[in-house]
Amino acid sequence: MQYLLLIYANEAEMAGRTPAAIASMTAEYTEFTKGIIQAGQFKAGDRLKPTSSATTVRIRNGQVSTTDGPFAETREQLGGYYLIEAKNLDEATGVAARIPGAKIGSIEVRPIWPPAA
Amino acid sequence: MTACAPAVEEVFRRESGRVLATLIRLLGDFDLAEEARQEAFTAAVEQWAAAGVPANPRAWLISTGRNRAIDRIRRDAVFRTKVQGREAASAEADADAAPDEWDDAAFGDDRLRLIFTCCHPALSSEAQIALTMRAVCGLATQAVARAFLVSEETMAQRLVRAKKKIRDAGIPYETPEPPLLNQRLQGVLAVVYGVFTEGYAATSGTRLVDAELCGEAIRLGKLLDELLPKNPAVLGLLALMLLHDARRAARESGAGDVILLEDQDRTLWDREKIAQGLALVDQALSVPGGLSAYAVQAAIAALHVRARKKEDTDWPQIVGLYEVLLRLQPSPVIELNHAVAVSMVDGAARALDLLDSLRARGQVGEYHLFHAARGRLLQQLGRLGEAGEAYRAALRLATLEPERRLLASRIASIGEAPAGA
Repeated sequence: MQYLLLIYANEAEMAGRTPAAIASMTAEYTEFTKGIIQAGQFKAGDRLKPTSSATTVRIRNGQVSTTDGPFAETREQLGGYYLIEAKNLDEATGVAARIPGAKIGSIEVRPIWPPAA
Repeated sequence: MTACAPAVEEVFRRESGRVLATLIRLLGDFDLAEEARQEAFTAAVEQWAAAGVPANPRAWLISTGRNRAIDRIRRDAVFRTKVQGREAASAEADADAAPDEWDDAAFGDDRLRLIFTCCHPALSSEAQIALTMRAVCGLATQAVARAFLVSEETMAQRLVRAKKKIRDAGIPYETPEPPLLNQRLQGVLAVVYGVFTEGYAATSGTRLVDAELCGEAIRLGKLLDELLPKNPAVLGLLALMLLHDARRAARESGAGDVILLEDQDRTLWDREKIAQGLALVDQALSVPGGLSAYAVQAAIAALHVRARKKEDTDWPQIVGLYEVLLRLQPSPVIELNHAVAVSMVDGAARALDLLDSLRARGQVGEYHLFHAARGRLLQQLGRLGEAGEAYRAALRLATLEPERRLLASRIASIGEAPAGA
Protein backbone atom coordinates (compact mmCIF):
# COMPACT_ATOMS: atom_id res chain seq x y z
CA MET A 1 0.00 0.00 0.00
CA GLN A 2 1.03 3.60 -0.41
CA TYR A 3 0.77 6.10 2.40
CA LEU A 4 1.17 9.85 2.43
CA LEU A 5 2.93 11.04 5.57
CA LEU A 6 1.96 14.66 6.19
CA ILE A 7 4.37 16.56 8.40
CA TYR A 8 2.74 19.21 10.57
CA ALA A 9 4.57 21.69 12.80
CA ASN A 10 4.12 25.11 14.30
CA GLU A 11 5.60 27.47 11.69
CA ALA A 12 6.25 30.30 14.16
CA GLU A 13 8.30 27.97 16.34
CA MET A 14 10.10 26.56 13.31
CA ALA A 15 11.00 30.06 12.13
CA GLY A 16 12.43 30.92 15.55
CA ARG A 17 15.02 28.13 15.57
CA THR A 18 18.75 28.82 15.81
CA PRO A 19 20.90 28.18 12.70
CA ALA A 20 22.57 25.30 14.56
CA ALA A 21 19.18 23.68 15.26
CA ILE A 22 18.19 24.07 11.60
CA ALA A 23 21.47 22.54 10.41
CA SER A 24 21.12 19.59 12.75
CA MET A 25 17.55 18.88 11.69
CA THR A 26 18.48 19.16 8.01
CA ALA A 27 21.19 16.56 8.61
CA GLU A 28 18.67 14.29 10.34
CA TYR A 29 16.25 14.61 7.43
CA THR A 30 19.00 13.81 4.91
CA GLU A 31 19.90 10.66 6.82
CA PHE A 32 16.27 9.62 7.28
CA THR A 33 15.50 10.11 3.58
CA LYS A 34 18.57 8.08 2.56
CA GLY A 35 17.40 5.31 4.90
CA ILE A 36 13.93 4.98 3.40
CA ILE A 37 15.31 5.18 -0.15
CA GLN A 38 17.66 2.27 0.66
CA ALA A 39 14.77 0.34 2.25
CA GLY A 40 12.75 0.76 -0.96
CA GLN A 41 9.99 2.63 0.88
CA PHE A 42 10.55 6.11 -0.57
CA LYS A 43 8.28 7.24 -3.43
CA ALA A 44 8.44 11.02 -3.06
CA GLY A 45 9.01 13.68 -0.46
CA ASP A 46 9.28 17.46 -0.31
CA ARG A 47 9.50 20.37 2.04
CA LEU A 48 6.85 23.05 1.53
CA LYS A 49 7.32 26.82 1.68
CA PRO A 50 5.48 28.39 4.67
CA THR A 51 1.73 29.02 4.68
CA SER A 52 2.45 32.76 4.24
CA SER A 53 3.15 31.77 0.62
CA ALA A 54 -0.08 29.74 0.34
CA THR A 55 -3.04 30.59 -1.86
CA THR A 56 -6.43 28.91 -1.60
CA VAL A 57 -8.62 28.44 -4.68
CA ARG A 58 -12.33 27.63 -4.65
CA ILE A 59 -15.10 27.63 -7.23
CA ARG A 60 -18.42 28.92 -5.89
CA ASN A 61 -21.43 29.57 -8.12
CA GLY A 62 -19.18 28.98 -11.11
CA GLN A 63 -16.80 31.76 -10.03
CA VAL A 64 -13.16 31.10 -9.20
CA SER A 65 -12.23 32.70 -5.92
CA THR A 66 -8.55 33.03 -5.02
CA THR A 67 -7.65 34.00 -1.46
CA ASP A 68 -4.52 34.49 0.56
CA GLY A 69 -3.41 31.84 3.02
CA PRO A 70 -4.23 28.23 3.80
CA PHE A 71 -7.77 26.80 3.93
CA ALA A 72 -7.89 26.51 7.73
CA GLU A 73 -6.24 28.34 10.60
CA THR A 74 -4.64 25.69 12.81
CA ARG A 75 -1.98 25.57 15.50
CA GLU A 76 0.23 23.34 13.35
CA GLN A 77 0.70 23.80 9.64
CA LEU A 78 1.53 21.37 6.84
CA GLY A 79 5.25 21.78 6.21
CA GLY A 80 6.22 18.78 4.11
CA TYR A 81 5.37 15.23 3.13
CA TYR A 82 6.70 11.83 2.20
CA LEU A 83 4.93 9.39 -0.09
CA ILE A 84 5.97 5.88 0.89
CA GLU A 85 5.30 2.24 0.07
CA ALA A 86 4.59 0.08 3.15
CA LYS A 87 3.11 -3.36 3.60
CA ASN A 88 0.62 -2.16 6.21
CA LEU A 89 -0.25 0.58 8.70
CA ASP A 90 2.24 -0.66 11.30
CA GLU A 91 5.11 -0.33 8.83
CA ALA A 92 3.84 3.12 7.77
CA THR A 93 3.54 4.40 11.35
CA GLY A 94 7.00 2.94 12.04
CA VAL A 95 8.41 5.10 9.21
CA ALA A 96 6.37 8.12 10.37
CA ALA A 97 7.80 7.80 13.88
CA ARG A 98 11.33 8.10 12.46
CA ILE A 99 10.64 11.39 10.64
CA PRO A 100 12.71 14.02 12.51
CA GLY A 101 9.71 16.39 12.55
CA ALA A 102 7.71 13.89 14.68
CA LYS A 103 9.72 15.06 17.70
CA ILE A 104 8.46 18.64 17.45
CA GLY A 105 5.26 18.43 15.41
CA SER A 106 3.04 15.58 14.31
CA ILE A 107 2.74 13.25 11.35
CA GLU A 108 -0.62 12.37 9.81
CA VAL A 109 -0.57 8.98 8.09
CA ARG A 110 -3.01 8.73 5.18
CA PRO A 111 -3.48 5.65 3.03
CA ILE A 112 -3.69 6.35 -0.70
CA TRP A 113 -6.59 4.90 -2.71
CA PRO A 114 -5.32 2.41 -5.25
CA PRO A 115 -5.83 3.64 -8.83
CA ALA A 116 -9.33 2.86 -10.10
CA ALA A 117 -9.47 -0.37 -12.13
CA MET B 1 -35.06 -27.49 15.78
CA THR B 2 -33.81 -31.06 15.69
CA ALA B 3 -32.68 -33.32 18.50
CA CYS B 4 -29.01 -32.45 18.03
CA ALA B 5 -29.64 -28.69 18.22
CA PRO B 6 -28.27 -28.21 21.78
CA ALA B 7 -25.03 -30.00 20.83
CA VAL B 8 -24.75 -27.87 17.69
CA GLU B 9 -25.39 -24.73 19.66
CA GLU B 10 -22.69 -25.69 22.13
CA VAL B 11 -20.20 -26.19 19.26
CA PHE B 12 -21.16 -22.79 17.81
CA ARG B 13 -20.67 -21.07 21.11
CA ARG B 14 -17.31 -22.69 21.71
CA GLU B 15 -15.94 -22.38 18.17
CA SER B 16 -17.42 -19.14 16.93
CA GLY B 17 -14.41 -16.93 17.79
CA ARG B 18 -11.81 -19.41 16.56
CA VAL B 19 -13.64 -20.02 13.29
CA LEU B 20 -13.96 -16.29 12.63
CA ALA B 21 -10.31 -15.62 13.51
CA THR B 22 -9.06 -18.21 11.04
CA LEU B 23 -11.54 -17.24 8.32
CA ILE B 24 -10.38 -13.60 8.55
CA ARG B 25 -6.80 -14.76 7.96
CA LEU B 26 -7.79 -17.05 5.08
CA LEU B 27 -10.10 -14.55 3.39
CA GLY B 28 -8.34 -11.30 4.29
CA ASP B 29 -11.58 -9.47 5.07
CA PHE B 30 -13.69 -9.11 8.24
CA ASP B 31 -17.09 -8.84 6.55
CA LEU B 32 -16.46 -11.66 4.13
CA ALA B 33 -15.30 -13.86 7.03
CA GLU B 34 -18.41 -13.04 9.10
CA GLU B 35 -20.67 -13.94 6.17
CA ALA B 36 -18.70 -17.14 5.59
CA ARG B 37 -19.02 -18.13 9.23
CA GLN B 38 -22.74 -17.49 9.10
CA GLU B 39 -23.10 -19.64 5.99
CA ALA B 40 -21.02 -22.41 7.57
CA PHE B 41 -23.20 -22.41 10.69
CA THR B 42 -26.37 -22.47 8.60
CA ALA B 43 -25.01 -25.40 6.59
CA ALA B 44 -24.04 -27.16 9.82
CA VAL B 45 -27.55 -26.91 11.25
CA GLU B 46 -28.91 -28.62 8.11
CA GLN B 47 -26.24 -31.26 7.62
CA TRP B 48 -25.35 -32.18 11.19
CA ALA B 49 -29.00 -32.88 11.96
CA ALA B 50 -28.87 -35.74 9.47
CA ALA B 51 -25.24 -36.87 9.66
CA GLY B 52 -24.40 -35.94 13.26
CA VAL B 53 -21.67 -33.58 14.49
CA PRO B 54 -18.40 -34.34 12.63
CA ALA B 55 -15.28 -35.52 14.47
CA ASN B 56 -13.56 -32.15 14.03
CA PRO B 57 -16.40 -29.60 13.91
CA ARG B 58 -14.01 -26.64 13.89
CA ALA B 59 -12.18 -27.82 10.75
CA TRP B 60 -15.55 -28.61 9.14
CA LEU B 61 -16.87 -25.11 9.86
CA ILE B 62 -13.71 -23.40 8.62
CA SER B 63 -13.43 -25.42 5.45
CA THR B 64 -17.15 -25.05 4.70
CA GLY B 65 -17.04 -21.31 5.39
CA ARG B 66 -13.95 -20.85 3.28
CA ASN B 67 -15.35 -22.84 0.36
CA ARG B 68 -18.62 -20.91 0.42
CA ALA B 69 -16.72 -17.61 0.48
CA ILE B 70 -14.56 -18.66 -2.44
CA ASP B 71 -17.61 -19.70 -4.42
CA ARG B 72 -18.97 -16.28 -3.70
CA ILE B 73 -15.72 -14.57 -4.75
CA ARG B 74 -15.71 -16.52 -8.01
CA ARG B 75 -19.25 -15.67 -8.97
CA ASP B 76 -19.58 -12.22 -7.48
CA ALA B 77 -18.35 -9.68 -10.01
CA VAL B 78 -19.29 -6.82 -7.70
CA PHE B 79 -16.94 -8.20 -5.09
CA ARG B 80 -14.11 -8.45 -7.61
CA THR B 81 -14.33 -4.80 -8.48
CA LYS B 82 -14.61 -3.89 -4.81
CA VAL B 83 -11.42 -5.51 -3.55
CA GLN B 84 -9.45 -5.93 -6.78
CA GLY B 85 -7.68 -9.19 -7.38
CA ARG B 86 -5.31 -9.28 -4.43
CA GLU B 87 -7.46 -10.68 -1.62
CA ALA B 88 -9.30 -12.97 -3.99
CA ALA B 89 -6.00 -14.38 -5.25
CA SER B 90 -4.64 -14.88 -1.75
CA ALA B 91 -7.88 -16.49 -0.61
CA GLU B 92 -7.79 -18.86 -3.55
CA ALA B 93 -4.16 -19.73 -2.83
CA ASP B 94 -4.97 -20.39 0.83
CA ALA B 95 -7.93 -22.49 -0.23
CA ASP B 96 -5.48 -25.08 -1.51
CA ALA B 97 -3.93 -25.44 1.96
CA ALA B 98 -4.78 -28.80 3.49
CA PRO B 99 -7.06 -28.70 6.55
CA ASP B 100 -4.49 -30.62 8.63
CA GLU B 101 -2.24 -27.55 8.45
CA TRP B 102 -4.68 -25.85 10.82
CA ASP B 103 -3.19 -27.21 13.99
CA ASP B 104 -4.01 -25.83 17.40
CA ALA B 105 -0.98 -23.54 17.41
CA ALA B 106 -2.20 -21.91 14.21
CA PHE B 107 -5.65 -21.40 15.73
CA GLY B 108 -4.05 -19.81 18.78
CA ASP B 109 -2.06 -17.48 16.54
CA ASP B 110 -5.20 -16.52 14.64
CA ARG B 111 -7.06 -15.61 17.81
CA LEU B 112 -4.12 -13.52 19.01
CA ARG B 113 -3.99 -11.82 15.58
CA LEU B 114 -7.68 -11.07 15.89
CA ILE B 115 -7.27 -9.57 19.38
CA PHE B 116 -4.34 -7.38 18.34
CA THR B 117 -6.20 -6.22 15.24
CA CYS B 118 -9.38 -5.37 17.17
CA CYS B 119 -7.31 -3.50 19.79
CA HIS B 120 -5.14 -1.64 17.28
CA PRO B 121 -4.34 1.86 18.57
CA ALA B 122 -5.33 3.37 15.21
CA LEU B 123 -8.94 2.57 16.18
CA SER B 124 -10.73 4.73 18.76
CA SER B 125 -10.87 3.13 22.21
CA GLU B 126 -14.67 2.81 21.91
CA ALA B 127 -14.29 1.01 18.60
CA GLN B 128 -11.58 -1.26 20.05
CA ILE B 129 -13.83 -2.40 22.88
CA ALA B 130 -16.89 -2.84 20.66
CA LEU B 131 -15.01 -4.78 18.00
CA THR B 132 -13.33 -7.01 20.57
CA MET B 133 -16.65 -7.87 22.18
CA ARG B 134 -18.27 -8.54 18.84
CA ALA B 135 -15.49 -10.38 17.01
CA VAL B 136 -13.42 -11.99 19.78
CA CYS B 137 -16.11 -12.65 22.41
CA GLY B 138 -18.74 -13.32 19.75
CA LEU B 139 -21.42 -11.21 21.46
CA ALA B 140 -24.34 -10.15 19.27
CA THR B 141 -24.31 -6.52 18.16
CA GLN B 142 -27.47 -6.03 20.23
CA ALA B 143 -25.70 -7.30 23.39
CA VAL B 144 -22.70 -5.04 22.78
CA ALA B 145 -25.06 -2.09 22.23
CA ARG B 146 -26.86 -2.84 25.50
CA ALA B 147 -23.55 -2.95 27.38
CA PHE B 148 -22.67 0.54 26.17
CA LEU B 149 -26.18 1.95 26.54
CA VAL B 150 -26.45 2.88 22.88
CA SER B 151 -28.98 1.77 20.28
CA GLU B 152 -28.28 -1.30 18.19
CA GLU B 153 -28.16 0.90 15.11
CA THR B 154 -25.51 3.18 16.64
CA MET B 155 -23.41 0.18 17.65
CA ALA B 156 -23.80 -1.41 14.21
CA GLN B 157 -22.55 1.82 12.60
CA ARG B 158 -19.63 1.98 15.02
CA LEU B 159 -18.64 -1.59 14.06
CA VAL B 160 -19.00 -0.87 10.33
CA ARG B 161 -16.77 2.21 10.68
CA ALA B 162 -14.15 0.23 12.63
CA LYS B 163 -14.03 -2.52 10.01
CA LYS B 164 -13.80 0.07 7.24
CA LYS B 165 -10.87 1.73 9.00
CA ILE B 166 -9.10 -1.65 9.30
CA ARG B 167 -9.53 -2.19 5.56
CA ASP B 168 -8.83 1.34 4.34
CA ALA B 169 -5.87 2.15 6.59
CA GLY B 170 -4.24 -1.24 6.09
CA ILE B 171 -4.29 -2.25 9.76
CA PRO B 172 -2.42 -5.56 9.67
CA TYR B 173 -3.95 -8.88 10.72
CA GLU B 174 -0.85 -9.73 12.70
CA THR B 175 0.51 -10.19 16.17
CA PRO B 176 3.17 -7.48 16.48
CA GLU B 177 6.84 -8.46 16.72
CA PRO B 178 8.48 -8.35 20.17
CA PRO B 179 9.79 -4.75 20.21
CA LEU B 180 6.22 -3.53 19.59
CA LEU B 181 4.45 -6.43 21.31
CA ASN B 182 4.67 -5.19 24.89
CA GLN B 183 3.59 -1.68 24.04
CA ARG B 184 0.63 -2.95 22.00
CA LEU B 185 -0.23 -5.49 24.70
CA GLN B 186 -0.82 -2.59 27.08
CA GLY B 187 -3.56 -1.40 24.72
CA VAL B 188 -5.08 -4.89 24.54
CA LEU B 189 -5.12 -5.16 28.33
CA ALA B 190 -6.72 -1.73 28.59
CA VAL B 191 -9.52 -2.98 26.32
CA VAL B 192 -10.01 -6.15 28.38
CA TYR B 193 -10.04 -4.15 31.62
CA GLY B 194 -12.38 -1.66 29.95
CA VAL B 195 -14.86 -4.46 29.23
CA PHE B 196 -14.52 -5.65 32.82
CA THR B 197 -15.01 -2.25 34.46
CA GLU B 198 -17.94 -1.54 32.15
CA GLY B 199 -19.50 -4.66 33.67
CA TYR B 200 -18.25 -4.13 37.22
CA ALA B 201 -19.21 -0.50 37.66
CA ALA B 202 -21.37 0.69 34.83
CA THR B 203 -20.77 4.41 34.51
CA SER B 204 -24.41 5.40 34.35
CA GLY B 205 -27.87 3.95 34.48
CA THR B 206 -29.54 1.67 36.95
CA ARG B 207 -27.41 -1.47 36.88
CA LEU B 208 -24.47 -1.71 39.26
CA VAL B 209 -23.01 -4.95 37.96
CA ASP B 210 -23.29 -6.68 34.63
CA ALA B 211 -22.10 -10.22 35.29
CA GLU B 212 -22.02 -11.16 31.62
CA LEU B 213 -19.50 -8.45 30.74
CA CYS B 214 -17.30 -9.35 33.74
CA GLY B 215 -17.42 -12.99 32.64
CA GLU B 216 -16.45 -12.10 29.06
CA ALA B 217 -13.52 -9.98 30.25
CA ILE B 218 -12.25 -12.80 32.46
CA ARG B 219 -12.62 -15.23 29.55
CA LEU B 220 -10.54 -12.84 27.40
CA GLY B 221 -7.94 -12.60 30.17
CA LYS B 222 -7.71 -16.41 30.36
CA LEU B 223 -7.40 -16.60 26.58
CA LEU B 224 -4.55 -14.07 26.62
CA ASP B 225 -2.84 -16.01 29.41
CA GLU B 226 -3.14 -19.17 27.31
CA LEU B 227 -1.78 -17.43 24.20
CA LEU B 228 0.94 -15.34 25.91
CA PRO B 229 1.89 -17.47 28.93
CA LYS B 230 3.92 -16.12 31.89
CA ASN B 231 3.39 -12.49 30.98
CA PRO B 232 3.33 -10.49 34.25
CA ALA B 233 0.85 -7.90 32.98
CA VAL B 234 -1.58 -10.53 31.66
CA LEU B 235 -1.30 -12.57 34.88
CA GLY B 236 -1.74 -9.42 36.96
CA LEU B 237 -4.82 -8.25 35.08
CA LEU B 238 -6.44 -11.70 35.19
CA ALA B 239 -5.76 -11.90 38.94
CA LEU B 240 -7.16 -8.41 39.47
CA MET B 241 -10.37 -9.19 37.58
CA LEU B 242 -10.89 -12.52 39.39
CA LEU B 243 -10.34 -10.95 42.81
CA HIS B 244 -12.78 -8.12 42.07
CA ASP B 245 -15.30 -10.46 40.51
CA ALA B 246 -15.08 -12.83 43.50
CA ARG B 247 -16.74 -10.10 45.57
CA ARG B 248 -19.50 -9.45 43.05
CA ALA B 249 -22.32 -11.19 44.95
CA ALA B 250 -21.51 -9.19 48.09
CA ARG B 251 -21.29 -5.80 46.37
CA GLU B 252 -24.94 -5.30 45.70
CA SER B 253 -27.91 -5.76 48.05
CA GLY B 254 -31.11 -7.50 46.99
CA ALA B 255 -32.55 -4.03 46.41
CA GLY B 256 -29.67 -3.11 44.08
CA ASP B 257 -27.92 -0.88 46.62
CA VAL B 258 -24.14 -0.52 46.83
CA ILE B 259 -22.49 -2.39 49.70
CA LEU B 260 -18.99 -1.05 50.40
CA LEU B 261 -16.10 -3.44 50.95
CA GLU B 262 -16.04 -2.86 54.71
CA ASP B 263 -19.74 -3.73 55.08
CA GLN B 264 -19.77 -6.75 52.76
CA ASP B 265 -20.78 -10.21 53.97
CA ARG B 266 -17.47 -11.95 53.39
CA THR B 267 -19.09 -15.39 53.38
CA LEU B 268 -20.65 -14.41 50.02
CA TRP B 269 -17.24 -14.01 48.40
CA ASP B 270 -16.45 -16.64 45.78
CA ARG B 271 -13.67 -18.70 47.38
CA GLU B 272 -12.78 -20.50 44.18
CA LYS B 273 -12.20 -17.29 42.24
CA ILE B 274 -10.23 -15.94 45.19
CA ALA B 275 -7.99 -19.02 45.22
CA GLN B 276 -7.41 -18.68 41.46
CA GLY B 277 -6.74 -14.96 41.81
CA LEU B 278 -4.31 -15.34 44.70
CA ALA B 279 -2.32 -18.00 42.84
CA LEU B 280 -2.13 -15.72 39.79
CA VAL B 281 -0.96 -12.74 41.89
CA ASP B 282 1.91 -14.85 43.21
CA GLN B 283 2.82 -15.90 39.67
CA ALA B 284 2.58 -12.33 38.36
CA LEU B 285 4.85 -10.99 41.09
CA SER B 286 7.39 -13.78 40.69
CA VAL B 287 7.97 -13.37 36.92
CA PRO B 288 11.42 -11.79 36.57
CA GLY B 289 11.55 -8.43 34.82
CA GLY B 290 9.15 -5.51 34.84
CA LEU B 291 6.66 -5.10 37.64
CA SER B 292 3.20 -4.61 36.18
CA ALA B 293 0.78 -2.03 37.55
CA TYR B 294 -2.02 -4.60 37.17
CA ALA B 295 -0.07 -7.05 39.34
CA VAL B 296 0.35 -4.41 42.06
CA GLN B 297 -3.37 -3.59 41.94
CA ALA B 298 -4.09 -7.33 42.15
CA ALA B 299 -1.76 -7.59 45.16
CA ILE B 300 -3.79 -4.84 46.86
CA ALA B 301 -7.05 -6.68 46.06
CA ALA B 302 -5.43 -9.85 47.41
CA LEU B 303 -4.72 -8.20 50.76
CA HIS B 304 -8.38 -7.21 51.00
CA VAL B 305 -9.72 -10.68 50.26
CA ARG B 306 -7.16 -12.41 52.50
CA ALA B 307 -8.71 -10.67 55.53
CA ARG B 308 -11.51 -12.86 56.91
CA LYS B 309 -12.69 -9.90 58.98
CA LYS B 310 -12.29 -6.27 57.95
CA GLU B 311 -10.23 -5.65 61.14
CA ASP B 312 -7.66 -8.16 59.84
CA THR B 313 -6.89 -6.07 56.74
CA ASP B 314 -3.17 -5.32 56.42
CA TRP B 315 -3.54 -1.58 55.80
CA PRO B 316 0.15 -0.63 56.23
CA GLN B 317 1.07 -3.02 53.43
CA ILE B 318 -1.78 -1.68 51.28
CA VAL B 319 -0.46 1.87 51.77
CA GLY B 320 2.99 0.64 50.72
CA LEU B 321 1.61 -1.02 47.58
CA TYR B 322 -0.28 2.15 46.61
CA GLU B 323 3.03 4.01 46.91
CA VAL B 324 4.63 1.49 44.52
CA LEU B 325 1.67 1.95 42.19
CA LEU B 326 1.99 5.75 42.32
CA ARG B 327 5.59 5.43 41.14
CA LEU B 328 4.64 3.00 38.33
CA GLN B 329 1.53 4.77 37.12
CA PRO B 330 0.79 8.09 38.84
CA SER B 331 -2.86 9.15 38.62
CA PRO B 332 -5.34 11.18 40.69
CA VAL B 333 -7.52 8.08 41.21
CA ILE B 334 -4.61 6.13 42.69
CA GLU B 335 -3.69 9.12 44.87
CA LEU B 336 -7.27 9.13 46.13
CA ASN B 337 -7.17 5.42 46.96
CA HIS B 338 -3.79 5.87 48.61
CA ALA B 339 -5.20 8.63 50.81
CA VAL B 340 -8.12 6.42 51.87
CA ALA B 341 -5.65 3.65 52.82
CA VAL B 342 -3.56 6.19 54.76
CA SER B 343 -6.65 7.14 56.77
CA MET B 344 -6.79 3.54 58.02
CA VAL B 345 -3.16 3.69 59.23
CA ASP B 346 -2.47 7.30 60.23
CA GLY B 347 -6.01 8.59 60.73
CA ALA B 348 -8.50 10.77 58.89
CA ALA B 349 -6.71 14.09 59.49
CA ARG B 350 -3.53 12.98 57.69
CA ALA B 351 -5.59 11.56 54.81
CA LEU B 352 -7.59 14.79 54.53
CA ASP B 353 -4.32 16.73 54.10
CA LEU B 354 -3.44 14.42 51.20
CA LEU B 355 -6.85 14.94 49.60
CA ASP B 356 -6.66 18.71 49.96
CA SER B 357 -3.24 18.70 48.33
CA LEU B 358 -4.64 16.55 45.52
CA ARG B 359 -7.51 18.98 45.02
CA ALA B 360 -5.18 21.98 45.06
CA ARG B 361 -3.55 20.53 41.95
CA GLY B 362 -6.97 20.81 40.31
CA GLN B 363 -7.48 17.33 38.86
CA VAL B 364 -10.34 15.81 40.82
CA GLY B 365 -12.96 18.54 41.17
CA GLU B 366 -15.40 16.75 38.85
CA TYR B 367 -14.78 13.24 40.22
CA HIS B 368 -17.67 12.18 42.48
CA LEU B 369 -15.68 9.58 44.42
CA PHE B 370 -13.19 12.28 45.49
CA HIS B 371 -15.97 14.25 47.17
CA ALA B 372 -17.51 11.10 48.63
CA ALA B 373 -14.17 10.07 50.18
CA ARG B 374 -13.56 13.58 51.47
CA GLY B 375 -17.03 13.64 53.04
CA ARG B 376 -16.31 10.35 54.76
CA LEU B 377 -13.07 11.67 56.29
CA LEU B 378 -14.75 14.91 57.43
CA GLN B 379 -17.57 12.87 58.96
CA GLN B 380 -15.03 10.76 60.85
CA LEU B 381 -13.42 13.97 62.15
CA GLY B 382 -16.83 15.19 63.34
CA ARG B 383 -16.87 18.11 60.86
CA LEU B 384 -20.42 17.26 59.87
CA GLY B 385 -21.36 20.51 58.10
CA GLU B 386 -18.40 20.24 55.73
CA ALA B 387 -19.03 16.51 55.34
CA GLY B 388 -22.60 17.23 54.21
CA GLU B 389 -21.31 19.75 51.66
CA ALA B 390 -18.83 17.22 50.30
CA TYR B 391 -21.50 14.50 50.02
CA ARG B 392 -23.83 16.91 48.24
CA ALA B 393 -21.03 17.78 45.78
CA ALA B 394 -20.54 14.05 45.17
CA LEU B 395 -24.28 13.54 44.64
CA ARG B 396 -24.38 16.31 42.03
CA LEU B 397 -21.64 14.53 40.04
CA ALA B 398 -22.63 10.87 40.48
CA THR B 399 -24.63 9.32 37.62
CA LEU B 400 -25.13 5.71 38.73
CA GLU B 401 -28.41 5.25 40.62
CA PRO B 402 -27.12 2.85 43.36
CA GLU B 403 -24.22 5.23 44.13
CA ARG B 404 -26.62 8.15 44.29
CA ARG B 405 -28.80 6.30 46.81
CA LEU B 406 -25.74 5.54 48.95
CA LEU B 407 -24.74 9.22 48.96
CA ALA B 408 -28.29 10.31 49.75
CA SER B 409 -28.33 7.94 52.73
CA ARG B 410 -25.00 9.39 53.94
CA ILE B 411 -26.44 12.89 53.76
CA ALA B 412 -29.51 11.71 55.67
CA SER B 413 -27.32 10.07 58.34
CA ILE B 414 -25.59 13.39 58.97
CA GLY B 415 -28.92 15.14 59.14
CA GLU B 416 -29.97 12.85 61.95
CA ALA B 417 -26.78 13.47 63.90
CA PRO B 418 -27.13 15.78 66.90
CA ALA B 419 -25.27 19.08 67.38
CA GLY B 420 -22.99 20.46 64.69
CA ALA B 421 -24.84 19.24 61.62
